[in-house]
Amino acid sequence: MTPLAAYLLLAALIFAIGLAIALTRRVAILVLIGIELMLNAANLNLIAFWRFGPHPEALTGMMFAIFSIAVAAAEAAVGLGLVIAYYRHRKTTDLDAMTRMKG
Amino acid sequence: MIFGLTVAFVLVAMVTVAGAMGAAVMRNVVHCALSLTVTFAGLAILFLQLDAQFAGFAQVLVYVGAVAILVVFAILLTRGVGTSLIYVFSKQWTLGLGIAAAVFALLGWAVLKSFPVSGPVAASEVTVKDIGAALMNQYVLPLEITAVLLTVAMIGAVIVAMPEKKVKEGEQ
Amino acid sequence: MMAQETTGQAWILANLWLIPAIPMVAAGAIALLKQPKRRTAATLAIGGLAISFLLSVAAFAHVLSAWGHGGATRDVFNFGWLSMGETSLQLGWVLDPLAAVMLVMVTFVGSLIFIYSVGYMAHDENFTRFFCFLSLFAGAMLGVIIANSLLLLFMCWEIVGLTSYLLIGFWYHKPSAAAAAKKAFLTTRIGDIFFLLGIAWLFSQTGTTLFYNYGAGAIEPGALAALLAQPGAVGLTAAGAIGLLIFAGAAGKSGQLPLHVWLPDAMEGPTPVSALIHAATMVAAGVYLIARVYPLMAAGAGPGQTTVALTVVAWIGALTALFGALVAVAQNDIKRILAYSTVSQLGYMMVGLATGGVAVGMFHLITHAFFKALLFLGAGSVIHGCHDEQDIRKMGGLRAEMPATFITYMIGMLALSGFPIFFSGFWSKDAIVGAAHAWPGSQGPFILLLVGALLTAFYMTRQIAYVFFGQWRGHDHAHESPRVMTVPLGILAFFAIALGVLGTPLWPWFTAFIQSKPLEVDWHGFSEPGLLPLMSFATLLVFIGLGVGWRLYGSKPTRSASELDPVARSLPVVSGWLANRLYFDELYEATVLRWYAGLAWLSDWLDRRVWSGIVSGVASGFGGLGWFNKAVDNEWIDGGFDKGCEELVTGGGLLAWLQAGRAPGYLRLLGIGFLLLAGLALLVGAVSGQVRL
Repeated sequence: MTPLAAYLLLAALIFAIGLAIALTRRVAILVLIGIELMLNAANLNLIAFWRFGPHPEALTGMMFAIFSIAVAAAEAAVGLGLVIAYYRHRKTTDLDAMTRMKG
Repeated sequence: MIFGLTVAFVLVAMVTVAGAMGAAVMRNVVHCALSLTVTFAGLAILFLQLDAQFAGFAQVLVYVGAVAILVVFAILLTRGVGTSLIYVFSKQWTLGLGIAAAVFALLGWAVLKSFPVSGPVAASEVTVKDIGAALMNQYVLPLEITAVLLTVAMIGAVIVAMPEKKVKEGEQ
Repeated sequence: MMAQETTGQAWILANLWLIPAIPMVAAGAIALLKQPKRRTAATLAIGGLAISFLLSVAAFAHVLSAWGHGGATRDVFNFGWLSMGETSLQLGWVLDPLAAVMLVMVTFVGSLIFIYSVGYMAHDENFTRFFCFLSLFAGAMLGVIIANSLLLLFMCWEIVGLTSYLLIGFWYHKPSAAAAAKKAFLTTRIGDIFFLLGIAWLFSQTGTTLFYNYGAGAIEPGALAALLAQPGAVGLTAAGAIGLLIFAGAAGKSGQLPLHVWLPDAMEGPTPVSALIHAATMVAAGVYLIARVYPLMAAGAGPGQTTVALTVVAWIGALTALFGALVAVAQNDIKRILAYSTVSQLGYMMVGLATGGVAVGMFHLITHAFFKALLFLGAGSVIHGCHDEQDIRKMGGLRAEMPATFITYMIGMLALSGFPIFFSGFWSKDAIVGAAHAWPGSQGPFILLLVGALLTAFYMTRQIAYVFFGQWRGHDHAHESPRVMTVPLGILAFFAIALGVLGTPLWPWFTAFIQSKPLEVDWHGFSEPGLLPLMSFATLLVFIGLGVGWRLYGSKPTRSASELDPVARSLPVVSGWLANRLYFDELYEATVLRWYAGLAWLSDWLDRRVWSGIVSGVASGFGGLGWFNKAVDNEWIDGGFDKGCEELVTGGGLLAWLQAGRAPGYLRLLGIGFLLLAGLALLVGAVSGQVRL
């Protein structure tokens, strides 16, 4: 197994775990955590490809990852703000109870 | 060298995965957040292993330093009175698990079955100066857009999370 | 056209159109005036016609000089009016002796009558309208005279008919006047239909409606030869048939049998109208028309022969002459007597044309215009003086009250009767009688004319005796008319005498002028074989008529208005027939009018029942269609649509479980979608060989 394949596999595993968190847990914030994990897995993928790719001196991969980190952080902030706002209204963060968009 | 991989890699990988699994199964949400932090740290080390030093430190600074703290704060703010007896997993957790497993299978299969990439294994020296120069030259546009995005996100988050004013009853 | 003619003379030909145009423009100007401007209206009308008179005199002088020089006396001025592809319809005007004399006569007599009307219509509130119509009539009549094209003539002919209608029905609030106007218009219309057919036929055969076009005209020898070459029937050539169709139109306008019925009724109009239109000019238009197309009617007859067309004309004219004279004997309205007299004299003119040619007929037309206008205006003066009384039985002894009217009326009466030597009527009527006697066709018209002459003298004496002699049988006092009315009478009387000079056998100026032959004093004119005996015989008849009339009416003057007419006393049945105009109107009423009324009823029934029924049926059909449409729409379409909507709602309900509103559910769906997409991408990649599987 090449190192690249190992990293990729690892990233896939983390991605799957993040997806599982997002799809199965009941607390709203944990969905956001799952999303963060998925983004991190993608970052790992990027860096791995950058490292083992043909042109590491072009910095493309790393820059991509850095920007991804920045955007993910911003998105996390907004998402958590949303959850807080929803909690203020409904006094709960239980996903199964969030059915107001039904119909 | 286990399977051609360094021991360091295997160890760090196992820590990262353990953290992720912890975030997945722990009952207490705060524990999940802390476990997530471990994952972030593991990933940072992995970045360092991949000679992406800047990315690694950025990961530590941003994720471990900011995002994790943010998540903990949010959890504490939305906890409610007393520990709630919520079921940990949602009603249709099997479907979610199945999907996640299928995704992993698909991705793993794709990785293992692809052509091996025979690229240069030698690392390249990337200095912060290089990164700075790149940011200012090639990536100035994404940089600026990201700056705008961060500003907007900050303002948006503030507005979204701001407590609403109470509407006076006679003015409707 | 003579090349060395001065510009002054050629100018009149190019501007001949001014003669009819100026009165028409005057009519238009009067129409635009506000009502009470009487003096302006009268000035415009009289001025317009006076200018036309001066121009007519100039035209007459032009023709005279051309005649004097021995050159061609006929000038035409043609112009293209309407071009249809390659052929073009040409119009134009002609100036020849025939047109010249008519122009002068119409404008002169017309001017006098216009001046007379100023006095006659002074009390009428529609003064300006009267002069507008009069002026329009004058313009149209002059247009008929100078027209070189049958089409232009017909157009002006129709305008003449229109103005006649307008003027007969001038007092339109009188039902009798309105009915008389309608009768006149419709009767002349019947004649005009045949006229139009004749024009169309002529145009189709000759390709032109122009009379004269330097040899290419419709009645010039070239075209006539072509017409004669066509096969004829019952001895009637194509030219003759066309001529007879045109004669039908002339018969309508000139009141020949059987289309005479409108003329006596036309006396409902004001007397100047009767004088101008129904004595001097419009009725003469028919005679003028025949004079114009005379070559057409005489085509094919050699010397000593006559054509079928001319025979028809002669017989109809003779019968009309006799009929008019007979009926005039039993009339009691002063104007009606004169109207039937006009009918009779028009018959004379037609016989003159048919038997003696254009000059003979036209001479009588000219003289008749003057003395008949004189008689009508005199009658108008009498009516005016008797405070609008028209029944001669209620007049009498006006000799003393209205001397000027009396003298001029006597002159007119003697001229009409044909009193020898001094009066123009004698010469003109004798010429006709002589021509009828010499006619190769038949002696029938001749005999009829002689009887008519006797009767003419008789009824005119009767009229004079009733009106001017004896005692006054009316109500208030009669009074003489103002000078504006009596002066024209005097002028006309003068001409009634003087014109006779132009037509004597001794000095046949008129004939020579019309035929453009050189004129010389014919010292042997009176010694033509048979002429003097004929003239003496005719004169004898006239004296017999005068005598009998005087004996019956003059020597034993009627004392009261209700006293029976001597003729009525002795021949009550015949007199009754005559008084009822030989029941022509009743005959028409029973046949033509009844048939026409039936046709009108049928048309109305057809329109109201059948056509309306069809339309209603179609409408109902559409209504039914609409109802059906509505039913379909309500039941099927709406119902079907509602059902479909219900199904959609149900289906939507079924699909609604997808929209549970739960975010994790959506996420799962996202995950499934991602799986599918990724699988697909890998598969495609595998197929294309990029992914080694």
